[in-house]
Amino acid sequence: MVILKRPLRLILVAFLACLPMISFANQEVDSLQVQGEATHEAVAEGHHEGAHAEPTDVKSKIKAFINHHVLDSHDFSLTQDDETGENWGFPLPVILWDNGLHVFSSAKFHHGKEVAESNGSYYVINHHDGKIYRTDATGTIHENEETGHPENVRPIDFSITKTVLSIIVAAILMFFIFTRLAKSYAKNGGIASGVGRFFEPLIVYVRDEIAIPNIGEKHYKRYMSYLLTIFFFVLFLNIFGLTPLGINATGNFTVTFSLAILTFLITNLTANKNYWGHIFWMPGVPKPMRIILAPIELLGVFIKPFSLMIRLYANIFAGHIVLMSILGLMFIFKSWIGSSLSFGLAFVLSILEILVAFLQAYIFTMLSALYFGAAVEEHHHEEGHH
Amino acid sequence: MEIPQIIGAGLIVIGAGLGIGKIGSSAMDAIARQPEASGKIQTAMLIAAALIEGIGFAALFAA
Repeated sequence: MVILKRPLRLILVAFLACLPMISFANQEVDSLQVQGEATHEAVAEGHHEGAHAEPTDVKSKIKAFINHHVLDSHDFSLTQDDETGENWGFPLPVILWDNGLHVFSSAKFHHGKEVAESNGSYYVINHHDGKIYRTDATGTIHENEETGHPENVRPIDFSITKTVLSIIVAAILMFFIFTRLAKSYAKNGGIASGVGRFFEPLIVYVRDEIAIPNIGEKHYKRYMSYLLTIFFFVLFLNIFGLTPLGINATGNFTVTFSLAILTFLITNLTANKNYWGHIFWMPGVPKPMRIILAPIELLGVFIKPFSLMIRLYANIFAGHIVLMSILGLMFIFKSWIGSSLSFGLAFVLSILEILVAFLQAYIFTMLSALYFGAAVEEHHHEEGHH
Repeated sequence: MEIPQIIGAGLIVIGAGLGIGKIGSSAMDAIARQPEASGKIQTAMLIAAALIEGIGFAALFAA
């Protein structure tokens, strides 16, 4: 193979490392199937009527399930049985600021079915958007006639939701893996040991292929810690999203928004005067053009992090929706041909999603490095750099 | 989703697909011509594809 040996080896290692996850993910297919069969029976017997008039036909059930999956939620439910209404999972703490601190377990909501009471206030989870609203003892939600949005007061929500929990787990995991990797160098005399052998080439890759070519030998060290953090954070959360735990952290708008804000702040706070010069007074173009270019370039400063945010969010979000829709086909076809087709398709898509997980982490880091490089660039004669 | 929106989304996907396909084919040509520069070509290809993808997604959200 002539095409770059190192990335190929890297991808191969990544695939091998993620193989157990694929087989793990297949269990989700099984459990979904069981769940779907239970649904069929329930529908056939015609006694399925939930408290909130849940959709009964298979298509809308699948739609509701996917919608529920891609949203953040206040409890960590792994799977549920439609027949008995049982949920397997665990509740998460709810922390609200509503004229005083309210801390209680989300088990009080009974998966959004009941009103939770805390210090004399009543709260309910709206099952349309999954947000918590203040309500009265009976749990009525006043909906706007035109828009359909609830008009109840929304307390400020600091809850440890599913996404927050997965971010915390990713952070702790990263902390332990990389401190152990750092320590293993001292112990083994410069050779990584254990799981670090998988992460060392990734770190070297980020340094040699992303940071140095884009930022330059002189300045890259300042940005390495951020680039590595963002790379592995995005990578870990993307991979978490592929496990059957049903986490969708990087497919959540707010998470990618915060990541993009970090890149935006670092770019603009560490920028030198050449960077601002290129924005407000572009060198090398006629004077009237500079006046036209300045607002466009200024807009570009905000568009760059915005596109970072949209790209990561949309890729992961779309991947989850497509994967779950393919899995959902199983329950629509109800035949062994359709099921095995959708299983095979889901398997191939899972592998593709692992590639996307790595690619998006790479792209996010790469573009961040590109923006940092533009911010600290020193020569004056180059055109086309924003 | 209304029908005009669906058509719009389809047009966006066609446009983005054509764009990324063009980048991919050019990158293939370039790598075939200069295999030793494949690393740089791949990087540039990914960045260009990511930029198009970003615009495509932004348009998809608008649709």
